[in-house]
Amino acid sequence: MTIQVAAQIIGFLAALVLLTAFGMLVQRRMTGLIHLFTWQGLFLSISTAVVGFVAGKHHLYISSLLTLALKVILLPYILHVLVRRLRIQREIETIVNVPLTMLIGIALVIFSYHLTAPVRELSTLVTRSVLAIALATVMIGLLMMITRRHAVTQIIGFLAMENGLFFAATSATYGMPLVVELGVALDILIAAFIFGIFFFHIHTTFDSLDVEQMAKLKEED
Amino acid sequence: MELLVLLLVPLFAAAVLGFVGDRKFAPEINILGSAATFIAGLGLALKVYDGGPMLAGGKFFFVDAFNVYLAVLTSFVSMTTAIFSRRYMRREREHGRVGHWGMRFYHAMFQLFIFAMLLCLLTNNVGVLWIAMELATLSTVLLVSLYRTPTAIEAAWKYFILCGVGIAQALFGTVLLYFAAEKVLGEGGEALLWTNLRQVSGSLEPTVLSLAFVFLMVGYGTKVGLVPLHNWLPDAHSEGPTPISAVLSGLLLNVALYALVRCKVLVDGSTGTHHAGDIMMGFGLLSILVAAFSLLRQKDIKRMFSYSSIEHMGIATFAFGLGSPLATYGGLLHMLVHSLAKSSIFFTVGHASQMHRTQDMDKIKGLIKGSPLVGWGLMFGVMAIIGMPPFGVFTSEFLILTATIKDAPFLTPFLLLGLGVAFAALLRRVQPMVFGDAPSYQKVLKVAHLPVLLHMAMVLAIGIYLPDFLSQWFHKAVELMK
Amino acid sequence: MNLYPFVTEILQFLVLLGVAPAFAGWVKMLKCWAQGRSTPGLLQPYRDILKLFSKDIVLAENASWIFRFTPYLVFGSTLLAGGIIPILSTDLPLAATADVIVLVGLFAIARFFTALAGMDIGTAFGGMGSSREMTIASLAEPAMLMAIFTMSLANKSTSLSQMVQVIYSGQTVLRPSIAFALLAFVLIALAETGRIPVDNPATHLELTMIHEAMILEYSGRHLALIEWASMMKLFLFFTLGIAAFFPWGIAASGDLYAVCAAFFFMALKLGIEAVVLVLIETGLAKMRLFRLTEFLGSAFLLATLGMLSYFILE
Repeated sequence: MTIQVAAQIIGFLAALVLLTAFGMLVQRRMTGLIHLFTWQGLFLSISTAVVGFVAGKHHLYISSLLTLALKVILLPYILHVLVRRLRIQREIETIVNVPLTMLIGIALVIFSYHLTAPVRELSTLVTRSVLAIALATVMIGLLMMITRRHAVTQIIGFLAMENGLFFAATSATYGMPLVVELGVALDILIAAFIFGIFFFHIHTTFDSLDVEQMAKLKEED
Repeated sequence: MELLVLLLVPLFAAAVLGFVGDRKFAPEINILGSAATFIAGLGLALKVYDGGPMLAGGKFFFVDAFNVYLAVLTSFVSMTTAIFSRRYMRREREHGRVGHWGMRFYHAMFQLFIFAMLLCLLTNNVGVLWIAMELATLSTVLLVSLYRTPTAIEAAWKYFILCGVGIAQALFGTVLLYFAAEKVLGEGGEALLWTNLRQVSGSLEPTVLSLAFVFLMVGYGTKVGLVPLHNWLPDAHSEGPTPISAVLSGLLLNVALYALVRCKVLVDGSTGTHHAGDIMMGFGLLSILVAAFSLLRQKDIKRMFSYSSIEHMGIATFAFGLGSPLATYGGLLHMLVHSLAKSSIFFTVGHASQMHRTQDMDKIKGLIKGSPLVGWGLMFGVMAIIGMPPFGVFTSEFLILTATIKDAPFLTPFLLLGLGVAFAALLRRVQPMVFGDAPSYQKVLKVAHLPVLLHMAMVLAIGIYLPDFLSQWFHKAVELMK
Repeated sequence: MNLYPFVTEILQFLVLLGVAPAFAGWVKMLKCWAQGRSTPGLLQPYRDILKLFSKDIVLAENASWIFRFTPYLVFGSTLLAGGIIPILSTDLPLAATADVIVLVGLFAIARFFTALAGMDIGTAFGGMGSSREMTIASLAEPAMLMAIFTMSLANKSTSLSQMVQVIYSGQTVLRPSIAFALLAFVLIALAETGRIPVDNPATHLELTMIHEAMILEYSGRHLALIEWASMMKLFLFFTLGIAAFFPWGIAASGDLYAVCAAFFFMALKLGIEAVVLVLIETGLAKMRLFRLTEFLGSAFLLATLGMLSYFILE
């Protein structure tokens, strides 16, 4: 596989990752969200493997497998179990309406493109142009967390943000050192367990997962 | 050797307490573990004091005057908090606010939290620094919601989400840092070691590092509680059990600031300009002012003192942002005395809220009549924290003010305004609480004497006479931050 | 043997006029098969048009010249649009004068006058149909233009014939921008041609009809022309999609054999595209009118993403 072909494949996968990020932004159904998240993880994993292959960095294969195990199999499984147990069906309405959210998302893509310009000029990697997409995914995850009112959706936005960060690590550099990758994966796993527990607490205390109810702690005048 | 003990004891204690956390002797194990950690920390500090900065574990750990001082502080405060927690949590357990699993979880996570903070302080690898910081956050998230009330869950949720988002930004900053480092140091773990980065900071690409610093500032700044990223702090620090509030306010904020300062040193070396410092000064000053004015509106006692933490962290950030040796010295001293004073305040506040079964300041009265230790402890604690002489906080704030007048004179009025407003707000609130008659619903209970006395004595001592070795220690740390 | 470009052009017009009803009939047949009904036959649209031509026109008393003029205008502009899109060959004289933006403009004229005609007589159905149509148009046109801009960026020209030739000469393998543009184009085509999930072409229910509402008052040869024009529009959108994304088979010159081969390939591709269309139509339900903003917003989003990924990734 030549560099050119690999660059095209990685670019295509990056576009797919961005597409899934936008898809998650506008998706209303919970199971649809989890599926999109799974696809995003899959594209990420494949992209990492391709980079590892074309650059000859074998530790990226381990990263790719780790991503596959964690983000394509384990986390979606946990989320599905949670959704079933908590009997979540549909989404609660978003704070900002969907077309406006999409426009903001596009603005964020353009913004992250400008922001990562200095890095792009300096990088010699085959994946350098992908950093903008990675940062855009992070920001779209952030947008999702801000504009959604359901706790599970906020968490999925958080995980999408982590996906973007992982993508950034493999596109700006050839992946962080393995010890850091393992640590980050461990952190995400712990976070997954914690939010799983959290959902049950919230559900039993508030009887719903609408985040807007958790806005009581304010200053009183 | 000491390093190993320092890190492994909390880990081991966490594992043990996970099983026996609800038994009668669990708090004693907690105290013992923390004491062992503290002694190990002292040993390490002595080694570094005599021998200078040292690398350990094949360059994985780096111990110099800056972080060993914070490590000793962390282990000390955690030891005193463990002593306080013994009496306090016992009562909470009796009142039924915490269950069997809750106690086991609490004790285990307490030790795990200490471990995470110490790892964060002592590691040389910037990536592992991030991991440890995230671990520290995660270990305390469920502790904040330990009481399972709606407000506690809300606080824990906000904490989780906001800090999670912030820390993710910090990861991006770390990635960018690694990117810049790779060019100069080659790939692999070597490029993330702080000592290496420090050496080559002149040749790291300035544009990339400035961008990285913005992300790192947002990320670690959220953990420090800088305005406008502070929204989680008052909730999280006021809703959890008081020992957790004490360690969160007193220790975790320091550790996050430490991470920020380490990154600032790198960025300064690379860009050569004062941009990073300016950003820190801006955030710091904003935090001071917003927190000071917010203090006026508080009704909940722990919430009020959380805002005070934000303010003091703002002062420390401002000092480190200024960057001059005098300011840095002041900042270091401030971290120390704030830790001690704030945790002491939280100890007294915890007992006060237990005595009155509420955290509402309008309902807490006559503390001195009810329990002299709590009342006078709170009074002196507040006097310390607002910067009244002869307490140590006065010294550090004075030093920082002097440095500001020297380097950024036009910012002095703002600093004075913030300090003044905080002074008035806290004093006004604390007076009706400590003086006057005790209300009928106040209960008298057994108080943990030692922590409060120890902390206040130390703050007072530092204020009156700063020991020579401490001064030397600070000088060494300042040298390393040039 | 090389045909004159002029002759190719005329040939293309004839193909357009002749094959468009057959295509519509093919789509109808597939739909009936998919729904388990018996089909009216491939040639039914021809029979319908002939029947309509032989009928009288019934005009309302207050119909203005717009009402009488619109069918001819719509038919004419759609036919003219067929002269720009390379259906059989890229060697078209009109292609040199008009590019893809003119194409959008031609469709826009047709739509504009249809909407006016709908409102002309003053019935409630007509006005309702016109307003709905304009809502869709105002959202679909930017999306369409954005998708077209993406295509033009990728192929460095706005003339369709040039685009086809660039695709022939280049080695474009996996280009995210074109993939996004394709997705956007599919969504827009569904909106512009008035198929499910945007508009049901077979309905006459007040709540659901959009295009049908505007032409409700027409009869006789007027209706014949309008029906023929909408069949041609469907045909043209599909050939536009072929020309922009899958142009292999279109003759690059005026060679007779190449043109005949092109006809064969066109028929093949259209047949497959009809299958895809019917799968989409039977698989989805018609959307609520107020959800259309999201649908078309997604189309716009995809097109913009395509444009952005061109800049970012290529």
